[in-house]
Amino acid sequence: MKLTISTKSALHGSLMLLPAAVLLATFTHIPSVMTFFHSLFSTPTGRHAAEFVGFENYMFLLEDDVFHQAFVNNLAFALGTIPTSIGLSIAMALWVNGKIRGRVLIRFSYFLPTMVPMIAAANIWMFFYTPSYGLLDQFLGLFGYAQNNWLGDPDTVLPCLMVLTVWKEAGFFMIFYLAALQGLPTEIYEAAKLEGVGRWYYFRRVTFPLLMPTTLFVMINALINSFKMVDMLFVMTDGGPDNASNLLLYYIYETAFSFWDTAYAATLTVVLFLILAVAAIVQFFYFDKRIHYR
Amino acid sequence: MKTLEKKGIWSNVDTIGSWTLAFFWLLPLLYAFWSAFHPMEYTVRFSLFAPLTLENFSVAWSRAPFPRYFLNTILLVTSILSVQLVVSTLAAYAFARLKFWGRDVLFVLVLVQLMVMPEILIVENYVTMGRLGLLDTITGMGLPYYASAFAIFLLRQTFKTVPKDLEDAARVAGASQLQILLKIYVPLARPTYVAFGLVSISYHWNNFLWPLVVTNSVETRPLTVGLSIFGAIETGIDWPIITAGTLMTIFPLFIAFIIFQRQFIQSFMHAGLK
Repeated sequence: MKLTISTKSALHGSLMLLPAAVLLATFTHIPSVMTFFHSLFSTPTGRHAAEFVGFENYMFLLEDDVFHQAFVNNLAFALGTIPTSIGLSIAMALWVNGKIRGRVLIRFSYFLPTMVPMIAAANIWMFFYTPSYGLLDQFLGLFGYAQNNWLGDPDTVLPCLMVLTVWKEAGFFMIFYLAALQGLPTEIYEAAKLEGVGRWYYFRRVTFPLLMPTTLFVMINALINSFKMVDMLFVMTDGGPDNASNLLLYYIYETAFSFWDTAYAATLTVVLFLILAVAAIVQFFYFDKRIHYR
Repeated sequence: MKTLEKKGIWSNVDTIGSWTLAFFWLLPLLYAFWSAFHPMEYTVRFSLFAPLTLENFSVAWSRAPFPRYFLNTILLVTSILSVQLVVSTLAAYAFARLKFWGRDVLFVLVLVQLMVMPEILIVENYVTMGRLGLLDTITGMGLPYYASAFAIFLLRQTFKTVPKDLEDAARVAGASQLQILLKIYVPLARPTYVAFGLVSISYHWNNFLWPLVVTNSVETRPLTVGLSIFGAIETGIDWPIITAGTLMTIFPLFIAFIIFQRQFIQSFMHAGLK
């Protein structure tokens, strides 16, 4: 009897998993392995079939200036957007969670950019950054500042994209903090109120530490996003000028679909894997801890 | 003065701070509205008496096959969501309630997709779609997303909270496995379905990179890809027309968000917390 139940269970289980397993294997697992496999070969051309080259693509990668630039840009992009987005999203969540006039409208404004496709946001922000005619230059012109080619200058292009990204992401992260704030125990707050504790002190010593798990979660998501978020480059800069705004995933796209160097694109993808794997491992251990807490 | 009880000055600081930030956050879209609804001359001239016009929208509508793009996006989003719901409901139930050899290892393999998202595998998946003859099709655009680790994870967590007694009682009453799933688990997981549905719809309505790679004709291109071509500087289209086109593409989601704001925010919260 017991045996039949467990055999039946196994049969049902495998039938129910089959669609998901086939789809995931075809579009996640096999391509991942194939990516690594292809990174060890040369790109096939009309005359030559792909041949095994060992780690040659990786040696090339180490000396590839564009890769270096894209990698450094990506790090700068992560450093420039993540702390700012997190700081703003905590402020947003505290405000929206409190008793503020027009709360619903404020929450709506904060969250709205999340609902806008990056391509649409890039189209709109494009105009802010347009030299002389654009809003930013018009505004600065009122104070007598000279005109700038914001997206055409290697020094300003990345910060301009960071501002757009923070605008797009902060409201999304606010949601996680909002959820966390609503789960905080009210007793501490009541006790602190009786003690006459200061606001800043309370935030620094109570709220912020209690929000730490959320911050970690948001940080890792933001990190993954900063390597995934390249849509705006297609509209605004194409990675330019002179690769000043090139990011890893965009470079992979260019290598594969503009230069048709699929083997090198596979090599770059493996690097991206490694970066995301580190993020995922951290996240895995964090989740593990969270489950024990429950 | 600086105590937790918000009085006088602090409450004002909060109000002013939050409103200022909200204003800056709305500004880009407010500005897009301004420019889309006014004639070209008023794009950077702000005047209360600027005449309103729908001209930009009608020009935008005629310059690109927007109706087709809308149709493609709607087909894409609905096909992805419906397949996702079926595939992940089955898998989530198996992971939550059935016992079989290798279950936990398989579950970890599913979770791999949370890290290796289809966006990252564009090169290999493009080759696969070529072999399957699915390049430039709606199916090809949706396929890598049909199985969603996120959905399986969310539903598994929810199914695990369903009391086992309910299932046993139904089984004693002679219900089949599939009936139990459809009559007990699915209805009880409704909030999770709504939450995942909204997240999935907004994700795929806005998704760009993979659709860009896999499509190359008007018949399949979704709104985001169409919009990126429409807004390209080389096309020489005037600014107000670009903003009008841009606003058109976000209107449906935008209106849905205004009406169901609470539901949307709660869904994102629900999905994020699990």
